[in-house]
Amino acid sequence: MTRRQFWLRFIAHLDRQLLLGISLLLLTSLLVLYSADNASWDRPLNQMRNIVVALAFMWLIANLPLHYLMRTAVPIYVLGMVLLIGVALFGDISHGARRWLNLGVTTIQPSELMKIGVPLMMAWYFEKHEATLTLKNYFIAALLLFMPIVLIARQPDLGTSLLISASGFYVLFLAGLSWRVIGGLFVAALASAPVLWSMMHDYQRHRIMMLFDPSQDALGNGYHTIQATIAVGSGGILGKGYLNGTQTHLDFLPERTTDFIFAVYSEEFGLLGNLILLSLYSFVIWRGFIITSHASTYFTRLMAGSITLTFATYAFVNMGMVSGILPVVGVPLPLISYGGTSMLTLLLGFGMLMSIETHKKLVKS
Amino acid sequence: MKKRVEFKNHQREIFHFQLRLVVGIGFLSVLLAILLVRFVYLQVARHSYYQTLSESNRIAVVPIVPNRGLILDRNGVVLAHNYSGYTLEINQNKTADIEATINDLSTLVAITNKDRKRFKKLLVESHNFETLVIRNRLSDEEVARFAAQQYRFPGVEIKARLFRDYPFGKKTSHLIGYIGRINDTEVDQLEENDLAANYRGSDYIGKTGLEQSYESDLHGTTGIEQVEVDAGGRAVRMLSRTAPVSGNALVLSIDAKLQEIAEQSFGNYRGALVAIDPNNGEVLAFVSKPGYDPNPFIDGIDTQSWDELNNSPDVPLNNRALRGQYPPGSTIKPFMALAGLNFHTRTPEQTINDPGVYYLPGSSRQYRDWKAGGHGSVNMFKAIQMSCDTYFYGLATELGIDNISNFLSRFGFGKKTGIDMEGETSGLVPSQEWKMKRYQQIWYPGDTVSVGIGQGYSLVTPLQLAFATATLANNGLAYKPHLVKEVQSPRSSENRFIAKDPLYDLHIDPKDLDLVRRAMVAVTQPGGTAVYASLGAPYHIAGKTGTAQVIAMKQGEKYDVKNVDERLRDHAWFIAYAPAEQPKIALVVLAENGGHGGGVAAPIARKVLDYYLLGKVPKPLADVEVKGGSEHD
Repeated sequence: MTRRQFWLRFIAHLDRQLLLGISLLLLTSLLVLYSADNASWDRPLNQMRNIVVALAFMWLIANLPLHYLMRTAVPIYVLGMVLLIGVALFGDISHGARRWLNLGVTTIQPSELMKIGVPLMMAWYFEKHEATLTLKNYFIAALLLFMPIVLIARQPDLGTSLLISASGFYVLFLAGLSWRVIGGLFVAALASAPVLWSMMHDYQRHRIMMLFDPSQDALGNGYHTIQATIAVGSGGILGKGYLNGTQTHLDFLPERTTDFIFAVYSEEFGLLGNLILLSLYSFVIWRGFIITSHASTYFTRLMAGSITLTFATYAFVNMGMVSGILPVVGVPLPLISYGGTSMLTLLLGFGMLMSIETHKKLVKS
Repeated sequence: MKKRVEFKNHQREIFHFQLRLVVGIGFLSVLLAILLVRFVYLQVARHSYYQTLSESNRIAVVPIVPNRGLILDRNGVVLAHNYSGYTLEINQNKTADIEATINDLSTLVAITNKDRKRFKKLLVESHNFETLVIRNRLSDEEVARFAAQQYRFPGVEIKARLFRDYPFGKKTSHLIGYIGRINDTEVDQLEENDLAANYRGSDYIGKTGLEQSYESDLHGTTGIEQVEVDAGGRAVRMLSRTAPVSGNALVLSIDAKLQEIAEQSFGNYRGALVAIDPNNGEVLAFVSKPGYDPNPFIDGIDTQSWDELNNSPDVPLNNRALRGQYPPGSTIKPFMALAGLNFHTRTPEQTINDPGVYYLPGSSRQYRDWKAGGHGSVNMFKAIQMSCDTYFYGLATELGIDNISNFLSRFGFGKKTGIDMEGETSGLVPSQEWKMKRYQQIWYPGDTVSVGIGQGYSLVTPLQLAFATATLANNGLAYKPHLVKEVQSPRSSENRFIAKDPLYDLHIDPKDLDLVRRAMVAVTQPGGTAVYASLGAPYHIAGKTGTAQVIAMKQGEKYDVKNVDERLRDHAWFIAYAPAEQPKIALVVLAENGGHGGGVAAPIARKVLDYYLLGKVPKPLADVEVKGGSEHD
């Protein structure tokens, strides 16, 4: 095997267009992180390590044939549920929420695993009953979604539970849940809003209230939103220039390397930068839809569609939250925010997309 | 067959799936549009608004308080200056239990009961974002002790500040006044006068005396530092700086040593002394006894000390020289004599017979002379020299109240002199209109009789009388009295002089003046009422004694010092100028409840004149050195 043959085989299962879009977003991440970290290399270097590890996993998953992927669905889901129950019983409390499970060697956040595990399980379930789908099957799939969500919402982690709900809902939606049921669910959701409200923790209610009037609590919870909105607005059309964001570099922006990194980007690169970023995301999402429409099996179609839609949702929710049209729910900007776990989850998802794209010929008879 | 159905189903299924995907894409497009609209709104439509917010986030404007101007006497002796020192201050927002904190602090730093009381008062008056002073003037040792324990007191800090200090304390309290913390009323006033910006960062403002009257000169111009701050409020770098301009220095016409001698010459008497250079209106000494120590007022005096000062029967807070209103008594006689000559009511040679009592024509009411049995045959010269009451009863009656009030007003009686200090009172020259307005009564001839000897309704302030005496000493050429000679700008040599030109000339006939002035010299010569005043003096003193009644005597009742409560005894006046031929100084002495002017007031005047004209320091004062402030600056 020549070097060239080896190389060709190495990249055989990587989707070039997806990889291009992802790489550009990851480069942006390093660029913005350097600025958000006050021109320090600490976080960019850490992030680079996170990226390398996540890319390796992405490559691995991309090379995994689809039937292996399907086979992982049940074990991952069951493991996820066990860990979630473990967290509920023995989890570490940090920032007033019980999200982490200390395994002795390392702490893990099982809710992160379920971002993949839930749609995977649901897609597997629909594939299993593809031929004889009845309303009952949708109900069971919904139950598969509902159980982990309740556990995660109780931690409490409203942001993650909402996002997993979204990814699960996308599977249901793509699996052909009838419009009537969707309409019914929508009405039911509206009707249950007061009930949900009463079940929420005070800080969750606070965040939602604040959305309507951040100035009400300008030094408390509103501070994040106000300062982020100021950063975005003061960026103007062309931005203040790289490393010149005053909101960023004078510490006015909280959590500016993680959830609020978009404010840093937007302050320094302005509306023009925002358009470029939205284009990059759109390109990746568009490629995701192409892959979805090519997908050969029911399972892979559902999986690819859900991954793509969920990715888009992440991006929208984060940018909406930073620019003050959504409550602060603690969702990172996908592929840009600092953090290893979300990077890994996202790239695992893209690995699956690539596997679905590159293994379809093998499945098709 | 079965395969065909499956195939068809598959096709339909794919179609349905694609449909769902298109719906999903449509959904995402809506979200994308929402984001785009939001970005354009924030970054284009509202950009300037958020730009402003971002700038105000980033830039803090820090005022730099200017140094307050110094106050110096005419020879450069420091009367008010600034020194830097340390204060211990409590930030009430960062301190949960203030009482406990103060108790803890008192184990490290001496905190007296007065400090606590003053702090409580500040706490009541303060705005809640201020840090408040619990202790002033910490010693180096105390600073070190606290610094070692500072971690225990998160809301307590040591600050270096410039302090105002009045080295002469009581002796110049009514002259210099004091500064104090700016109160709400003053904040409103500053805002009204558009001065609030210049007082950003300033804690103090002149409250009384020259500190108040010359506030606009003394304060200076506040500087501005624009600094970039981070979210924690720490200054990151300086963007621009406008240096503050120190306040102007005041050079007074006051002679500090003269002031000190005058103050001490009063001994235990309460009263006032105003000495003026008749040739230019410069006030040389400005004493009100008793004084008070102005220094505790600067950072808020404690309630107990305040009550003591405020409720004292001696009223130490009253500026007697400026605001005290007393009947002028016989000191008005030289001016009455001038009025008589001016209106040709009496000639100098005209004599009257003084039997010791005066009756208005057709009245049996007695107006007694101070000397039982009277002075016999008296002309104008002798009437002044011996202070003959009967002569002036008659003169006043002949002049009539209209002429009297007209003439006395020309000497400045009954109106403010316009001295450069706020709060002056105007005294009172009674007139028919005044009495009608005040009491709804007509003017009786008997009212005029009392006015003739400076009693009745007449009131003067020591300052007014000094101004009139100076005008007399200067042959009717009046200069507005002023305490500040020069306002020195710290930046340039453009110094401002206060009141250099004469106010007006009364154009008094020199012959009239000559008579009255000679008579006033005779007052201090054998046969006069203040002979001791000039005993052994190598220069001539022109003077006039006076006695102002505190209580009115009933008809037929005799005033006896022994029977009258100390505080109801007569006030002693003495007005004088010297040298009589070429006056360099004119002065007024008022000794409250001092009895006869010649006995108490004249000797005080003599000590002041001796120092000013001869440089002679009175014996008990010989070892008192004038303190200069130079070692502090």
